[in-house]
Amino acid sequence: MRYYVKKIISLIMVLFLIMLLTFIAFQVIPGDGALSKLGVDAEEEAVEALREALGYNKSMPERFFCFMSGAIRGDFGTSYQYSRPVSDLLAARLPVTVGLAVISILMIVVLSVPLGLLCSHREGGVADSIITFVTQTLMAVPAFFLGILITLLFGLVLKWFVPGSYVAPGENFGQFLHYMIFPAFAIAVPKIAMTVKFLKTSVLRELKLDYVRTARSKGNSERRVLWHHVLKNALIPVITFMGMVIADVLAGSIVIEQVFNLPGVGRLLISAISNRDYPVVEAIVVYIASVVLIVNFIVDLLYQKVDPRVKLQD
Amino acid sequence: MKKHGKILLALLLVLGVMVLGGCSKNENSSDNPQSGGVDGADTATGEPVMGGSIIVGITQDLDSLDPHKAQAAGTDEVLYNIFEGVVKPDKDGNLVPAVASKVDISEDGMTYTFTLRENVKFHNGQLVTAEDVVYSLKRCAGLLENPDPEIKVSSALSGISDITASTDASGNPTVTLTLSEANTELLGYLTCAIIPKDYDKQADAPVGTGPFKFVSYTPLQSFVIEKNADYYGTAPYLDRVTFKISADTDAAFLELLAGGIDIFPYLTSEQASQLTEDFNIEVGTMNLVQALFLNNAQKPFDDIRVRRAMCHAINRQEILDIVADGKGTIIGSNMFAGFAKYFNDEVTNTYPYDVEKAKALLKEAGYPDGFSMTITVPSNYQFHVDTAQVIVEQLKAVGIRAEIKLIEWASWLSDVYRGREYQSTIIGLDANLAPSDVIKRYRSNASSNFVNYVNEEFDRIYSLAVAETKDDAKTAYYKQLQELLAKDAASVYIQDPACYVAVSKKLSGYTFYPVYVQDMSKVYFVK
Repeated sequence: MRYYVKKIISLIMVLFLIMLLTFIAFQVIPGDGALSKLGVDAEEEAVEALREALGYNKSMPERFFCFMSGAIRGDFGTSYQYSRPVSDLLAARLPVTVGLAVISILMIVVLSVPLGLLCSHREGGVADSIITFVTQTLMAVPAFFLGILITLLFGLVLKWFVPGSYVAPGENFGQFLHYMIFPAFAIAVPKIAMTVKFLKTSVLRELKLDYVRTARSKGNSERRVLWHHVLKNALIPVITFMGMVIADVLAGSIVIEQVFNLPGVGRLLISAISNRDYPVVEAIVVYIASVVLIVNFIVDLLYQKVDPRVKLQD
Repeated sequence: MKKHGKILLALLLVLGVMVLGGCSKNENSSDNPQSGGVDGADTATGEPVMGGSIIVGITQDLDSLDPHKAQAAGTDEVLYNIFEGVVKPDKDGNLVPAVASKVDISEDGMTYTFTLRENVKFHNGQLVTAEDVVYSLKRCAGLLENPDPEIKVSSALSGISDITASTDASGNPTVTLTLSEANTELLGYLTCAIIPKDYDKQADAPVGTGPFKFVSYTPLQSFVIEKNADYYGTAPYLDRVTFKISADTDAAFLELLAGGIDIFPYLTSEQASQLTEDFNIEVGTMNLVQALFLNNAQKPFDDIRVRRAMCHAINRQEILDIVADGKGTIIGSNMFAGFAKYFNDEVTNTYPYDVEKAKALLKEAGYPDGFSMTITVPSNYQFHVDTAQVIVEQLKAVGIRAEIKLIEWASWLSDVYRGREYQSTIIGLDANLAPSDVIKRYRSNASSNFVNYVNEEFDRIYSLAVAETKDDAKTAYYKQLQELLAKDAASVYIQDPACYVAVSKKLSGYTFYPVYVQDMSKVYFVK
């Protein structure tokens, strides 16, 4: 119990620090929301009036306090750029990013575990050599390039989907899923490559340990040794890695959203930063930070499940 | 065997796609962009067909749906379809009556009287009254009691002292504008949208009088409009237009290739050359003054000889050839060629490309070995970045070592434009349909004078030009102003860039305007 209390307190502290840092970052970088909104030919007085209305002229601590008190109540204010409540904007983008994340995580889990085991089962074999080569290559390809390649191959050559034809899930769920498979694949591929490599190393390390020899000498088949004895232990470091991957994907695959023209959190973040739309940026940063922290928390819990030796300590 | 398996897999997937697509016969997909039917013949002159819906690609999200709050050119050009002012621009750059049927400008340029057109209806069904017009103009001009700080008031409109409604001798409603100082060019600013009085949802569900009505807007996704059946003028052909917001030109280009977009107005020359089969490429000009703007208050550009040397050292034709495939119009002063009446072509070649002359001028100014300089360029405009790269190479020939500094647009606005903390910058400037709007930033005390140009003669002629009521004299003044800017080498004026628009061969009627407008009311499907 004390563990949870401690964890939650540190979670809140981290969130607070992140908000403070984002706030300070926005004070330091050049650019001004009022000017961005009114544009090139605005008169000085007009910019000044808008600055006043947006609260730019209040003192820094006062503005930070205003923001914090709103954020605690779940109210992140109004977007400068869109003049709409930030929470509405974010709520409309979330299903896209979360949907994308769920599909790609499924792909990662379903594909990387069997591939990883296949590699380690016959180390140095044909399958292993091919998979190792392919994963090495895929890890080196930058996400945006992979996105473009996938669009070219599946969109323009094979015509399996029309690039940019995203449909909101509420409008037509089938079309939504169909379109999302391709960006999800673009996200999943490099992560699959990494997970396979990670899992392979981990399994090979386990295979050299004494308990494997014992299991084998007791007459267990190689397959049983691998699935029943080794996999569970080999998965522990992989879970940590998967935790990072999940947090990464959930936080918004900014580049992929840009390439596939998905109206997700990542694209909103880019557009908000370039327009100095501070309330939106702050809300998204808080969202991303929370996702990372919560996923880490869950990973900690899972650890304990998989390996009872790990005790949650005070 | 393996090959067959692949084909089978492909077929299965295609089938799957068809099934998925099949269950979605909603109105949005009624126009299937992949239904090619292009037989190679030039269909651009075919018979217009009424109806149909199209998708137009845009790359900038809308900054506001409230026409008075929107300031981005990318928003204005889209909102043109749903809003109208008392007057509106036509394709030749004339201002034609819209919500008003008649305009009277007094001899002295101090009062403007508009007679309202009969039976103009807002999209919500209400008739447009003189009160609505007064309200809209006051809102634009910042004359309402509690002005909204998000509304950008153009400096020209701040010269309006009063706006009143009345009726003329024959009982028609009129609206009269009274100015505090003479201005015969105000009409160019009165394209500001007429909106219903006391309607406070303009930013969510905009209501105007234009040929199209607002349907929906989803940030980062789309802006949808449909035909306004009650339009007083020529009704549009199309039933529905979806402006699709893409993340960037590259993403939009892929969609274009795949047939997901019917019209795309922001092609680069390189992309345009890759599109041949399903699209016609229309070429127009952007109506921008693209220049290497020099900060006249900073060393070494405070010296006119250095500025002139810069002009001689830059080969504008080569820039056009490299960045725009030779398309575009070379300019020599701050006026775009599309504004034909006022454009002074005589100054275009004030400074022909001449390396020796440039070197001599630099030597005279005390820089025999050249100098180092920085060109600040907003990174979101690839066209300007490309131009900067060519210029850097060209300047090497005269010993000037230029370095490109890329900054974000928001930083450009605050540091370069507002703060005037820069040495040189490349940008394209656009303007309203008034010659004064193109050139007004060069007044010595103008807040938008980011090049820090100071010339009393210019200020004097400028005020004469604005107040002049006779057309010939006015034109002569504006030509003289361009001459002054060229003579003083206020900056290195480069070009009015070419603009490439991809239009599906199924469509015709796309029209270029001398201002930022994507007029969808003239576009139609051909038989």
